[in-house]
Amino acid sequence: MNLTTKYLGLKLNSPLVVSACTLSEDLDNIMLMEDNGAGAVVMFSVFEEQIRKEEKKLASILNATTNTFAEASDFFPDLDDYHVATEQYLDIIRRAKERVKMPIIGSLNGITPEGWIEYAKQLEQAGVDALEINVFYIPADIRISGAEVESRYLDIIRLVKQTVSVPVAVKLSPYFSALGRLSVQMEEAGANGLVLFNRFYQPDFDIRSLKLMHNLNYSDASEIRLPLLWIAILSGQLRLSLAATTGVHSAEEAIKYLLAGADVAMTASALYKKGISYLSTIRQELEIWMDDMGFRSLDTFRGAMNQFNIDDPTAYERANYIRILEGNKVVRSNP
Amino acid sequence: MMNKKFKAATLDGNEACAYIAYRVNEVCAIYPITPSSAMAEFADEWSAKGYKNIWGNIPDIIEMQSEGGAAGTVHGSLQVGSLTTTFTASQGLMLMLPNMYKIAGELTSAVIHVAARSLATQALSIFGDHQDVMAARTTGFAIMSSSNVQEAHDMALIAQAATLKARLPFIHFFDGFRTSHEVNKIDIIPDEIIRDMIDENLVIAQRNRALNPDNPFIRGTAQNPDVYFQGREASNPVYQQCPDIVEQVMHQFYNLTHRKYKPFEYTGVPDPEHIIVIMGSGVETAIETSAALNAQGAKTGVILVRLFRPFSAAHLLKVIPQGVKSIAVLDRTKESGAIGEPLYTDIISAFMEAYGKGELDALPRIIGGRYGLSSKEFTPAMVKAIYDNLRQEKPLNHFTVGINDDVTYKSLEYDPSYTIDEPGWTQALFFGLGADGTVGANKNSIKIIGENTDLFAQGYFVYDSKKSGARTVSHLRFGPKPIRAPYLVGHADFVACHQFNFVHKVDMLGSARNGATFLLNTTYPANEVWSNLPLQVQQHIVDKKMKFYVIDANQVAHDTGMAGRINTIMQTCFFAISGVLPREEAINQIKKAIEKTYFKKGKAVIDQNFKAVDQTLENLFEVTEFPAMNIGQVPDPVVSDLAPDFVKDVLSLMMEGKGDEVPVSAMPIDGTYPSGTTKWEKRQISEMIAAWDPVTCIQCGNCSFVCPHAVIRAKFYHSNTLFEAPDGFKSAPINAKGFPETKYTLQVYAEDCTGCNLCVEVCPVTNPSDRSRKAINLEPLQPVLSRERQNITFFEKIPYNERSRVNYSMVHGAQFLEPLFEFSGACAGCGETPYIKLLTQLYGERLLVANATGCSSIYGGNLPTTPWSCNSYNRGPAWSNSLFEDNAEFGLGMRISADKQLSNARDLLMDLTDELGHDFVASILDAAQVLESEIAEQRRRVHRLKELLLESTNPKALSLLSLADHLVKRSVWIVGGDGWAYDIGSGGLDHALASGRNINVLVLDTEVYSNTGGQMSKATPTAATAKFAAAGKRVGKKDLALQVISYGNVYVAQVAMGANPQQTLLAMREAEAYDGPSIILAYSHCIAHGIDMQKGMEQQANAVASGYWPLIRYNPVLRKNNRNPFVLDSPRPVISLKDYAYQELRYKVLSLTNPEEAGRLIELAQEIVDLRWKTYEQMAMSAADSFQPIF
Repeated sequence: MNLTTKYLGLKLNSPLVVSACTLSEDLDNIMLMEDNGAGAVVMFSVFEEQIRKEEKKLASILNATTNTFAEASDFFPDLDDYHVATEQYLDIIRRAKERVKMPIIGSLNGITPEGWIEYAKQLEQAGVDALEINVFYIPADIRISGAEVESRYLDIIRLVKQTVSVPVAVKLSPYFSALGRLSVQMEEAGANGLVLFNRFYQPDFDIRSLKLMHNLNYSDASEIRLPLLWIAILSGQLRLSLAATTGVHSAEEAIKYLLAGADVAMTASALYKKGISYLSTIRQELEIWMDDMGFRSLDTFRGAMNQFNIDDPTAYERANYIRILEGNKVVRSNP
Repeated sequence: MMNKKFKAATLDGNEACAYIAYRVNEVCAIYPITPSSAMAEFADEWSAKGYKNIWGNIPDIIEMQSEGGAAGTVHGSLQVGSLTTTFTASQGLMLMLPNMYKIAGELTSAVIHVAARSLATQALSIFGDHQDVMAARTTGFAIMSSSNVQEAHDMALIAQAATLKARLPFIHFFDGFRTSHEVNKIDIIPDEIIRDMIDENLVIAQRNRALNPDNPFIRGTAQNPDVYFQGREASNPVYQQCPDIVEQVMHQFYNLTHRKYKPFEYTGVPDPEHIIVIMGSGVETAIETSAALNAQGAKTGVILVRLFRPFSAAHLLKVIPQGVKSIAVLDRTKESGAIGEPLYTDIISAFMEAYGKGELDALPRIIGGRYGLSSKEFTPAMVKAIYDNLRQEKPLNHFTVGINDDVTYKSLEYDPSYTIDEPGWTQALFFGLGADGTVGANKNSIKIIGENTDLFAQGYFVYDSKKSGARTVSHLRFGPKPIRAPYLVGHADFVACHQFNFVHKVDMLGSARNGATFLLNTTYPANEVWSNLPLQVQQHIVDKKMKFYVIDANQVAHDTGMAGRINTIMQTCFFAISGVLPREEAINQIKKAIEKTYFKKGKAVIDQNFKAVDQTLENLFEVTEFPAMNIGQVPDPVVSDLAPDFVKDVLSLMMEGKGDEVPVSAMPIDGTYPSGTTKWEKRQISEMIAAWDPVTCIQCGNCSFVCPHAVIRAKFYHSNTLFEAPDGFKSAPINAKGFPETKYTLQVYAEDCTGCNLCVEVCPVTNPSDRSRKAINLEPLQPVLSRERQNITFFEKIPYNERSRVNYSMVHGAQFLEPLFEFSGACAGCGETPYIKLLTQLYGERLLVANATGCSSIYGGNLPTTPWSCNSYNRGPAWSNSLFEDNAEFGLGMRISADKQLSNARDLLMDLTDELGHDFVASILDAAQVLESEIAEQRRRVHRLKELLLESTNPKALSLLSLADHLVKRSVWIVGGDGWAYDIGSGGLDHALASGRNINVLVLDTEVYSNTGGQMSKATPTAATAKFAAAGKRVGKKDLALQVISYGNVYVAQVAMGANPQQTLLAMREAEAYDGPSIILAYSHCIAHGIDMQKGMEQQANAVASGYWPLIRYNPVLRKNNRNPFVLDSPRPVISLKDYAYQELRYKVLSLTNPEEAGRLIELAQEIVDLRWKTYEQMAMSAADSFQPIF
């Protein structure tokens, strides 16, 4: 069975890619991912904001404990060799590159132009095969227009593309007025791939303590609908790669994404729940399904159900929505 | 660093010395003690980084439990043939003395490097003089002195080469702080020269003399009257040869470096009439002053002493010029009761012997004097006074200089305005706050100039004695020639004030030259600042025709995201105005320095600093208009008029930074000082202070409980009291049933608040109408200052609530007890002081405290003031600090003595039964003193007893009168940190606890030596880094609780106030109530943990929640009642160790330097936590008979 696929111009042995998550903080995990059939791994994200915050916290504590009183000029061993978080991140990438053959994709979440440039450069120098830029951005400032938000994305893509020569994928949110048009613009700006979609941090309230709750829930399989829709729409209309992320908990979701036209299907929540070795289960299930269906390679069925390859392309548009609603009505009247 | 060749470097004396010591040794046994700690820290860091010595191996660095332990290890290591050293000072050297006799007696080659420091006598002092070294002069060690930073480097090598040749161990010393902490530009000795200086054959010879089972012998015998004496004399030739050997080594060094040294050196005119003999950093002042005087026609000279032991009269006399009329020998030490100080008596002996042998035709007049004790300034003016004295027909002998001795009139007068400042110097003074970055920026400036230009640079940094809000003064000199001025800047060309409120507190411009520049950080714009300056400052500016610049550095810092960090901004101003370097070059260099400093610590910080530098110049303004001066404006007095005379007349001078003016007559002769003096300081160190919201408050007392500085006080009182309250006095109905018409007030002592925010963090309620606020919040001080002063005055008129009316078994009740430990100089947010404060609230009136040296003895007893206070009955804690190592024994002594005095009192009372009445005597003797009301009742009886005794004519009555106070139960508490309890005082603590006597021990466990800069102790946890554990602590923390529990009859508790204040309170009450030994191990968060201090209590809670710090109580009374004495008070861990630990830099450091090792150690540490928890849980579930029976 040929499971090879191309993503961002890279040849992958499998369409199953581990999406950015903390599992990749450990080199042993990365090796385990490859052993269990991952086609690539997107490393845990470098969050510029977090790094800057940590740097400032470190500086603030060191300042507060330096030259305080006569007997103690400082409290910690000499800091010449301190490494901020990126150093450790880069170190894991370097070591991972030595130990595994699958592509390593760096994930970067910046907040300033300088940050995007600096960290993109560092990741490339450390040896990543591609970059995934994660524009996690909530336009909480209500004066910002949609056009401004889109232009911010495009500026970042151009900036990063000017900075590095490795392929660049953009992980984005679904909340755009015209995601199709924006995708075209992103491609024009140089993006080599789109990763659909980012799971936004959505706060919850604790109604007893009246505090925000910061827990992040794992995805579930029902969440694949939105990315599935958009991959099906975009597939065949763009030259760039498409990665589907969110909701891949079994081979079934991965297959659906591939049918919609995704080049790769990314997963993380399932691995948290069932362990990294679960990747091999998904892979086996995928192979069994392909065998059952008589598909020898991914290309034989990839995009088979995208907007252009189904009988009624408008099914992905408004009519589809109406049909669902109608279907719901029937269900409700017949409990 | 170690393998590179540096032509020149700017570093301090400690680093200069340690650089060599590390290179030429294989083993360093270390222990922290100020001011030598940095040498050991360097050695440990270099070892952790893998730097090698000249033999290509990494020296083995081992921290010991005390200096005594370090000396023993040095001795043992030497006996097995390794080149071994240690670094120490003061009491540390005292603890080494027994071993030093052994090491010398066995003719072992080694060098001990000493940053010479005062000894603890009438008081401890961390500062420099030669008392420690002089106390070691009888050990048989050779003693070699360095005068400056370069020599600290050079002599370290010369001493090492000489010790190998001479077979005598050496003390190499330099003046603590003055040299150890002075930053100066020096030439670094390249490795090749170091190798050339160390004779490999001698190293091998020493190794061959070592203990070796393949060539067995014994060393360290016991000898009898028949031969011991001869044995002592047998080594005489070694001592006789030593001075020549030293001279040869010095000559060899000269050939290699062209720096010339001699055992004794003369400098001055060839035919001097008057000479000074001196040793240590004062040498330079003496030489430079002598040269200046000679230039004006005087005939003076200086003999400097480098080799003090073995004392070679021959070498001395060789350099004494002919025709000298008089000699003043200066000792930086005091030998009470001696005919003269050691150097003086040695010089006298040398001359007398030579004269007796006919080697001298005549004797010059030789006098001795003392100077510079405890880093007292020694200036050219003082040197001139000494020469002036020598010129007298009858010069004053046994004089002192630098003080005003108006008791025995031994001090020389001097003219402080006399100066020998060189015209090429730029001298600058910077006034800042501890940790505000001023000192760091200045060290940076010195490096910039010293290492990037041909100029020479010198820096010396003076701190006051507080740990929070300490004032720092940086003294900097720059010049075209090496700067030999080991004294403070007295005539500054540039004065910078980094904190505006200092203009009202310190006479900063008193030291400014005419035409000097003054740079002031102020929020007032250039056109408004003048009228806001005190008259004295205006007067200086006008009279001295000074240039005056202002900048709102805090605003620039705010605008550039520097969060109040103004150091880089002020540094930029200095370079821009002072002209030490061309402006553009200076700014480039500052930026380079920023990059170097913050490289790898983050671009964010570098960017911010760059931005701040760029925005500085556009916000720097010269003030050119000086309108009318504020004639008539009287500055606030340093202390209130209400203060006692001693505070007003003596302590206030120290508070003002004028302690040097205090005459001898004003000083207590025995080191005894009044209690409760911090209350007069009103330091106003925080712009933000706690403010109470009476409406939101639920009166839980948490804020007051955790307040480290006792600035939050609570009282309840009848509502009628409020009739006289000033406007704005806050109160609320008390939140308790059964108290009608009773009001409650939580008063914040505004001027004493440090703004630490701990109170806000622990406040459990939120203002429902503004959820960002709590019942206590931080608000600006200045708008409420005058109102709060009135409120406090009124609040103080309300009596403290009667102890018997307060249920202080609960935290909310404890807030009503008067704290008798207040307004200390501890760090803002200190984790130790809340425990001490609580102790004084509970037992302050009858408390005896033995306090180990460390943070608590410094914020507790460092002049000018003490936070140990007393109540309106003049009762309060009686506090003393003996030493670091002996605190448990010291406290046990207090207990035994108190018991003895009590026993005597009871005997006398019984003897006087007929006179006093049987019932009355019995009521005193049989009084139960457990409840507060019972103690109050006993006090009344004792009061009555004293009245009766005063009327009695019976001789025994007088004696009983002096003992009667003992009839009220005394509570003895032994307080100290983990450095004491786990390390240096461990043996004594163990013994004191095993004594069975009724002592109480409070261990303020910060898990490092906090006072000396965070060195590892045996309380330091696995996976944390600390000084001396730069590579991470690999051994587990000692479980002191379990160790002590093994005795069975000791009450043991482990508490963490931030996790469970009620348990802390309970433990403290149970410990005191237990009639036997008790120990409380109190988790104390600390700046040494690398935390945001306002989260200190939260971090304590995390420590408990992770299971790292289980809350326990082991109460022998329960065992006696056949119940399980071990109570586990904290619930099972709910977070991982990592979740707790990685909130702290001490743990994170390793993950930043060596992530893999950090990961390994934190896993190991988690295992330890799990295991310990399991053990404790099992103990908590065991039957009573699983524990030792109590008899």
